Amino acid sequence: MARRVRPRRAGVALIIAMGTLAAACAAPGSDSPQPRATTASPVSTAPTCGTAPITMNGYFETGFPLPKALTTEFTKQHPNVTWNIREDQFAVITQNAPRVLADNPPDLMRLPQVSELVKDDLLKNLDGYATAFGWDTWPASQLEQLRLGQGGRPRGEGSLYALGLNMSMTGLFYNKELAARIGMSAPPATLAELDQALDKAKKAGITPIVQFNGGATGGLAFPLQNLMASYGPAAPINDWIFQKPGATIDTPSNLQAAQHLERWIKAGYFQKDVNAVDYATMMSRFIDGQGLFMFNGDWESGNLDKQMAGDVGFALMPPAQQGGKLAAMSAPLTFGIAANAGNADCAAFFLNWVATDKRAREIGVEVGGSRPMGPADAYMPAVAQDTVTASTLAAGADIAEDNGAMDFIANATGAIYAKSWTPNLQKLVAGEQTAQGLLKAVQADYAGQLEGN
Amino acid sequence: MARSSAHRRAAAARLRGTRGLAGWLFVLPALAFYAVFVLRPIALTFQYSLYEWDGIGPSTWAGPANYGKVFTDPDLFDSLVNAFQLIVFFSAIPVVLGLAIAATIRRIAQSRLALVARAVLFLPQVIPLVAAGIAWSWLLASTGVVNQLLSLVGLGGVTRAWLGDFATALPAVGMIGAWVLLGLCTLLLLAGMSKIDPALYEAARLDGAGPWREFVSITVPSLRQEIAVCVTVTVIAALASFDIIYISTQGGPGNTTMVPGLQIFYLAFSEREVGTASALAVVLMVLVIACALPIQWFAKDGNR
Repeated sequence: MARRVRPRRAGVALIIAMGTLAAACAAPGSDSPQPRATTASPVSTAPTCGTAPITMNGYFETGFPLPKALTTEFTKQHPNVTWNIREDQFAVITQNAPRVLADNPPDLMRLPQVSELVKDDLLKNLDGYATAFGWDTWPASQLEQLRLGQGGRPRGEGSLYALGLNMSMTGLFYNKELAARIGMSAPPATLAELDQALDKAKKAGITPIVQFNGGATGGLAFPLQNLMASYGPAAPINDWIFQKPGATIDTPSNLQAAQHLERWIKAGYFQKDVNAVDYATMMSRFIDGQGLFMFNGDWESGNLDKQMAGDVGFALMPPAQQGGKLAAMSAPLTFGIAANAGNADCAAFFLNWVATDKRAREIGVEVGGSRPMGPADAYMPAVAQDTVTASTLAAGADIAEDNGAMDFIANATGAIYAKSWTPNLQKLVAGEQTAQGLLKAVQADYAGQLEGN
Repeated sequence: MARSSAHRRAAAARLRGTRGLAGWLFVLPALAFYAVFVLRPIALTFQYSLYEWDGIGPSTWAGPANYGKVFTDPDLFDSLVNAFQLIVFFSAIPVVLGLAIAATIRRIAQSRLALVARAVLFLPQVIPLVAAGIAWSWLLASTGVVNQLLSLVGLGGVTRAWLGDFATALPAVGMIGAWVLLGLCTLLLLAGMSKIDPALYEAARLDGAGPWREFVSITVPSLRQEIAVCVTVTVIAALASFDIIYISTQGGPGNTTMVPGLQIFYLAFSEREVGTASALAVVLMVLVIACALPIQWFAKDGNR
């Protein structure tokens, strides 16, 4: 017979073991590097990658070919630089970002929402580089979303902590063939015209809008924010996203927007199963010609030009009033440098090269489909006029003129999208939430999350 | 004489001592792994649950506040309620259906059909849960096979995106779990049935018992231990579910399928509230133990 350890003795041993293990650890996080002053180290002359062989550590997003196309071209021009690149899905990058930046700092990394990373001193302050390279002379709207105050709040002003490889742009893609069938020869110029087009499509048996809103991805946030910008000015929405003191999403014009979205839902303008549709399903349905409109961004321009050549158009969301100001969600494809990166100078040189080198800007448009960052008078690659890429690039110029660039309402805090917008938008679709309730619930979650930080 | 007996006793004690020591030495590697990979994480989770921490920066002492949040924040509490609802699908259906199927298979044990049925039923256990989740989300999509079949038999009116509908998402996810666990339960119960003395059935038949009476009076009581194992495993699977739901609904729509496992993951890695996540994890662990222990006692009582 095996000898049995008496339960009481085993229990005591267990408690002692657990106690020892717990007592051996100090408060969590106390072994992290001490916060450094978040001031920029002054850079006297613009840094370079030198001439000695150098290996850059990159952490990029899977499924987006642009960064690798750029690093390949960069190595062609600067043969001493080689790249060691790790790739992950964006969701994985979001979850890993703090630990990777702290434990294994990459020289160049695709970044999720940056507020909390700045708060934990994980990103390099780029002010010194901005002065040395002259980034501070670029149109201010390009860098606004990447500037943060002390401790990560508010966003929109303060020191520069990241740069974009390009500037993406969102709006309405439409299927030209289906548009012709309902007699829509030009994109709608006002919200009322858009409503008419949606109604005509519905009556003709065409799904007016294909959108995603399933799982943890509340894609109805795209039309909602576009409607917000249609009814009201863009600046207060940005203030809310940037966590400026006193900002609220629960405003009269945003309520009109949410009510408008609710009317669209009740009128059956979205597919019945929109709460089960993910992004990939939405794309395949739109490409398959199963819907007239789709709210999405220009990162799909190249793809759509290939798959629906000549058959797809792009328009910015029309304003509620004729001739009103245009606005769109437009954000940089954010890349940053880890605070403890080994080759920060070379990474900064690369970021500057992406924005200023002629070939790099061409790659940015050809592969990325979006406007390159950089000086206002920088070289713009030519694009065939009848492509949707040409329309999205032109839209970028219109938005710049109206100063209508907004960040995405899903980027206000790290958790606002998954925890608040998504469930509440899904409830709105199911009739379990009202337009007013949606805004109140999101504002309450937002306030709670800011308090928690 | 006395001296030699004392000597012998001392020698025996020494032998026992060395043998005991040798025993501990054999157990040591396993014990070390257990301590480092099971006990230490549990201890650390408990420690984290008492702090407010974002996973990187400095932490602040929070005491029991995180536990208060688990029971007062409706989002967190609802996820616990959902987990208990899943028990119906993850435990009740596989065990009841498993019993019926096992009894049927046993009756046709000689035929080739029994072998095929066993293989088919156990297949879901072999398929990775992630693959099962993806396959089922296709089957349950608005244009999926389930809806096609319903339309075919004239039930086009009830078709819907099962995983995207507020009323059906949780039951739909539950059915995936039932499908996965049914095979395991059937196999366990079948194995248990083969141990039952056939003489019992013969005696019952002589007394005039029908198949139903045999099942209720002999099969089920004899399978008490197997049933307890099935219930334990499936209840834990329900309370600690993660993969099926992460793949098929990610907790949506509108949090209707949010379960503690998924909530912990979101709290820790997207919201960076390591303290609250740890507190929920500790609560979940206690709940699982609180549910599993009575089932064990129930099985043991039947033994006596």
